[in-house]
Amino acid sequence: MSAVAVPIEAPDEGVQQRKTARRERYRQLLRSPTFIVGAFLVAIWVICAIGYTHLAPSDPFATEPLRRLRAPSSQHLFGTDRLGRDVLSRVITGARVILVVAPLATLIGTVAGTALGLVTGYFGGIVDDSLMRLVDAFLALPLVILGLLFLVALGPSTIAVILVIGIVFTPIIARTVRAAVLAERGQEYMQAAKLRQERAPYIMFVELLPNVLPSILVEFTVRLGYAIFAIVTLTFLGFGIQPPSPDWGLSIFDHYAFISGGFWWPVLFPALAIATLVVGVNLASDAISQAFER
Amino acid sequence: MSQTQAAVPPAVMAAERVLEVEDLHLSFRVRGSDRQAIHGVSFSIGRNESFGLVGESGCGKSTIALCAVRYLPRNARITEGSVRVAGRDLVTMSMPELRRMRSSAVSMVYQNAGAALNPSIRIGEQVAEVFRVGGASGSEATDRARGMLEKVRISDPGRVMHRFPHQLSGGMQQRVIIAMALAPNPQLLILDEPTTALDATVEAEVLDLIAALRREYGTTLLFISHNLGVVTRMCERVGVLYAGQLVEEGDTGTVFDDPRHPYTVGLLRCVPKWGSRKDAGLLDSIPGLPPPVGATTDHCVYADRCALAIDKCRQEYPPLFDVGPGHTSRCFRHEVARDLPRASAASLPGTGQVVASNGHALIELGNVSKTFRQEGQQIQGLVDVSLRIAPGEALGLVGESGSGKSTLAKVLLGLLEPDSGAQLEYQGKNLPVKVGGRGQEQIRAIQIVFQNPGASLNRRHSIRRIVGRAVTKLLGLIGRQREQRLIELARSVRLDRSVLDSRPEQLSGGLKQRVAIARAFAGDPRVVVCDEPTSALDVSVQAAILNLLVDLQRSKGVSYLFISHDLGVVRYLADRIAVLYLGRLLEVGDAETVFGGPHHPYTEALLSAAPILHGEPKTRIRLEGEVPSAANPPSGCVFHTRCPRFLGDICVNQEPPLAESEPGHLIRCHIPIDELRRLQRVGQPPAAQESPEGPAAAKA
Repeated sequence: MSAVAVPIEAPDEGVQQRKTARRERYRQLLRSPTFIVGAFLVAIWVICAIGYTHLAPSDPFATEPLRRLRAPSSQHLFGTDRLGRDVLSRVITGARVILVVAPLATLIGTVAGTALGLVTGYFGGIVDDSLMRLVDAFLALPLVILGLLFLVALGPSTIAVILVIGIVFTPIIARTVRAAVLAERGQEYMQAAKLRQERAPYIMFVELLPNVLPSILVEFTVRLGYAIFAIVTLTFLGFGIQPPSPDWGLSIFDHYAFISGGFWWPVLFPALAIATLVVGVNLASDAISQAFER
Repeated sequence: MSQTQAAVPPAVMAAERVLEVEDLHLSFRVRGSDRQAIHGVSFSIGRNESFGLVGESGCGKSTIALCAVRYLPRNARITEGSVRVAGRDLVTMSMPELRRMRSSAVSMVYQNAGAALNPSIRIGEQVAEVFRVGGASGSEATDRARGMLEKVRISDPGRVMHRFPHQLSGGMQQRVIIAMALAPNPQLLILDEPTTALDATVEAEVLDLIAALRREYGTTLLFISHNLGVVTRMCERVGVLYAGQLVEEGDTGTVFDDPRHPYTVGLLRCVPKWGSRKDAGLLDSIPGLPPPVGATTDHCVYADRCALAIDKCRQEYPPLFDVGPGHTSRCFRHEVARDLPRASAASLPGTGQVVASNGHALIELGNVSKTFRQEGQQIQGLVDVSLRIAPGEALGLVGESGSGKSTLAKVLLGLLEPDSGAQLEYQGKNLPVKVGGRGQEQIRAIQIVFQNPGASLNRRHSIRRIVGRAVTKLLGLIGRQREQRLIELARSVRLDRSVLDSRPEQLSGGLKQRVAIARAFAGDPRVVVCDEPTSALDVSVQAAILNLLVDLQRSKGVSYLFISHDLGVVRYLADRIAVLYLGRLLEVGDAETVFGGPHHPYTEALLSAAPILHGEPKTRIRLEGEVPSAANPPSGCVFHTRCPRFLGDICVNQEPPLAESEPGHLIRCHIPIDELRRLQRVGQPPAAQESPEGPAAAKA
C-alpha cells in the first residue's frame, strides 16, 4: 500500500468472510442426534398424514359387524375395533386429523400470543401490568378445565377444538414473547429507532419481531407437543373431535371400556401413535431450542 | 526507562525463572478441524519480575495466561512446547499435582471481578476458603482472611466480610479478588486485564495497590493488558503478541521508546500522544485486519499489513533477531521499523476548524436537572447543568461512571425527560424535551453514535436497510435518490459499497462503528452525540474511527458531544471540555485550558489517574474511596469527601458557585484560581519522578 497518498483511510477494512452464525446453527441442528430421532418420528406420521389413502391397507370407515374386535392377525395387523374397522388403517388415517388440528391450533395461539406479547412488552407500564395480571389469572386455571369450559360453551366440534387450544395457548406464548421483547427493549438499536421518530408498529414488527423470532419458533415447537396432548385429552373426555373420525383420542375413548375384556389392541395402537408423535415433537423441539437459544 | 529497571537489576532476571514458556503451540478443535491459535511462543519471567503481554483482541493473550495455569477449554490442546512454573512442567502434570500447584504456586485475577466472586456467598467466607483449602482451621482462616483484606487496603474488613459481592463497588470487588489471589502467597500472579472494567481513578488505585503488594510479597507478575499505558506503568519487560506469535520482546522502556517491529510501531502511533490534538495532525492507523484464528502462514504473519514488507517477508518466516540487550524482534526489517511510513495522511487538507465562538450557540442546555426515583429514594442524576455547544465544536464530557454523562446525552437526544425547569434550545429555538415532540428538522439535526456497535445495529437487518431506513425517514428519499445517498454516505465513512449488502454479524467492530456513524450522518446532523464511540474497539481501529470523526467534523461542520473515559482521546478530539461529578458540572472551558491547568482538583485527580504511555511526568494524586451515592450526596461541595485540596468547613457547608475564573473557563471550587495555579505548580512534588510502582503515599 502506497501509504501516504491514501486519503485518510484505506477505503475498506474488508468484510470478514465468516460463516454466519445462522448457518452455523442449522448445521448444528442437523447433526444433533436428538433432532434426527425426533424428526424421524414426526416424519413417519407426516408421511402417514399425507399419503394415508395409499398407505392404509383398507378403508378406515368400512364397518364389518361380523369381524368385530378381532385380535391382530396377518389380515389385520393391528386387529379390528368394536365395529370391525381395521385398526391399522384408522391409526394411519388418524395421523391426518391430529397433524392438521394440532399445528393449526398452535399457530393461532402463536400468532395471537406474539401480537399480545409484542404490545405488552413494547409499551410496558399500565398496558403491560393490566394485561399481564389478566394472563396470570387465566393461567391459574388448569388447561383442561379451561378447555372444557370453552368447549361446553361453543359446543364440541373440530373447529371449536382448534379455537379453544389456540385461545388457551395465547397468554402462555404472550409471556414468552414479552420476556424476549423486554430483553431487546434496552438495546441501543431501539433507541436509534426512536431517534428517527419511528412509529410503534414499525418498531414492534420490523425492528423487534425479527429479533424475537427464534424464541417464538422454539415456543411454537414446545407448544405443538402440548397441543397434541391437549387435543387427545379433550377428545378422550368426549368434548373434542366427534365420531366417526379416526382420531386417536377418540379411538381410545371408544374402546377403553373393552380393555378389561382382554381387547387391548384398539387402545394400545392409537396410544402408541400418540406417544411416538409427542415424543418426536418434543425431541425435535428440544434440539431446536438448544440450537436457537444461546 | 531507567526508572523501571531500578527495581530489578538485570542480573536477577537471569537467576531464577518462575515462568518459562517454551515454543508453545496450541490449537482449538472446532468442528473436527484444528485451528492453531498460538504459534510457537517462548518467553520467561524471572523471580520478582513483572512481565507484560500486550496485543489486540484475539491475539492469544488470555489463552497464554490460561496455559500458565493449564485451565484451558475442553477443545484446546497444547500440541507442542512446554509451560514450566518454578521449573515444573504443567503440560505433563497429573491432575492432583496440578490442583496442588494451582492452590499454592499460581494465582489468577480476571477482568470481571463481579463474575469471579460467588454472588451468594459472603466475602469473608470466600476469602477464608482459600486458607481453609491450605489447611487452616475455621477461626484461623477467618482471622487470616481479615488480615488479607487489610493488606489490600480495605478500610473496614470486619464489615466487608459480612457483605455479599453485589454490595461492593467494582474496585472493592477487584481488591477482594486480589486478596484471594495473594492469600496462598503464590510465586506467580497472573493478572488478565485486571483494571479494564474500572474507572480511571479506581484503576490507578488498584494498580498502585498491585505494585505495592508486589514489592511486599515479592510476587512475580504476568500482566496482560491491551492498554499500553498501563503496561508501561506496571511492567519491566513486555512482549508484544500478534496473531499468536510473540513479535517483539524487551524492556518496557526500550520497546516503547525504540520499537523494532512494524506492528509495535503501528500500535504506538495509534494511541493519541498525551497532549496531542487533532489540530496537530491525524493519528496513524494500521491498515487491514489481523488474520483469523487458525490461519497459518509460512512467511511473516504481519507481512500483509506491513508497509515495510519486502519480497523476503512474503516468502520466509522471520527468526527472532537480537536487536539490543534483551530486546528481540521477529522482523527482517527491524533496522528500519521506525521508519514505517504512515498508513494515513498526516493531516487533513483544507482549512482548520471553523468554530464560531461568538454568535448563536447551536445547542443551549439551561438548568437541566434529572431526578430518578427508585424505591422511594430520589437519585439526582443531573443537578442544574447548563452548557452550550457552538456550531462545529466538539464538546468533551468527562467524569467517572455514574457522573451523569450519558444521562445528559440522553436528555439532549430527547430519550430522557429532564425535571421541569430545564430549557433546551436548538439554534435559539425551543427544543421539546421529548423526542416525539420534536420537528423533522430537529430530529435530523441531533443524532447519536453509540458505544457498542453490536447493540446499536439491528442484527437482523442488512446494512443497506439500517442506513437506508435512516435516509428515508430523515430525508424522505426513496428509490434511486436513496441509493445515491447511501453510496455517498458509505464513501464519506470510508466503507466499501459491498458492505451495504452484508449483515452486522459479518462485519468487524470497526466496520460496524462506521456503519453506525453513517447512520448518524444520514440526515446531515448538526450535532452528533458520541457516547464512548471507541471504547469497545481495539487501539488500531480506535485511531481510524477518531480520524474519521475529525474528518467529518471538518468537512461537514458538525458539532460533537463527545463522551469518553479516556482522557487522551478526549484531549485529542475535543475543543471544549466539561467535567461532571455526581451530576454537577465542576469545570468547563477550552480543552487546552482545562487540561493545561489550573484546573479543578477533581480534574487534576482525573488527569493524574490516566495511564499515560509517553509524555509528561505527572503529579500523583489519588482519590480515595468511592464516589458517594447520588441518592445521598455530600453537603456543600459534593467533591469535598474525596478532594485532595480540601480546605475545611467552607467546603462541607457551602456549595461553591460555578464561577468564571478566566474568560471562558468556569470552575466550581472555593479555592481561587490563582491559588489553584500555585498549588498545582508546587503540587508537582519530586514524588512525580519516582518509579511507576511508587507508593500511593505520594498524595499531595
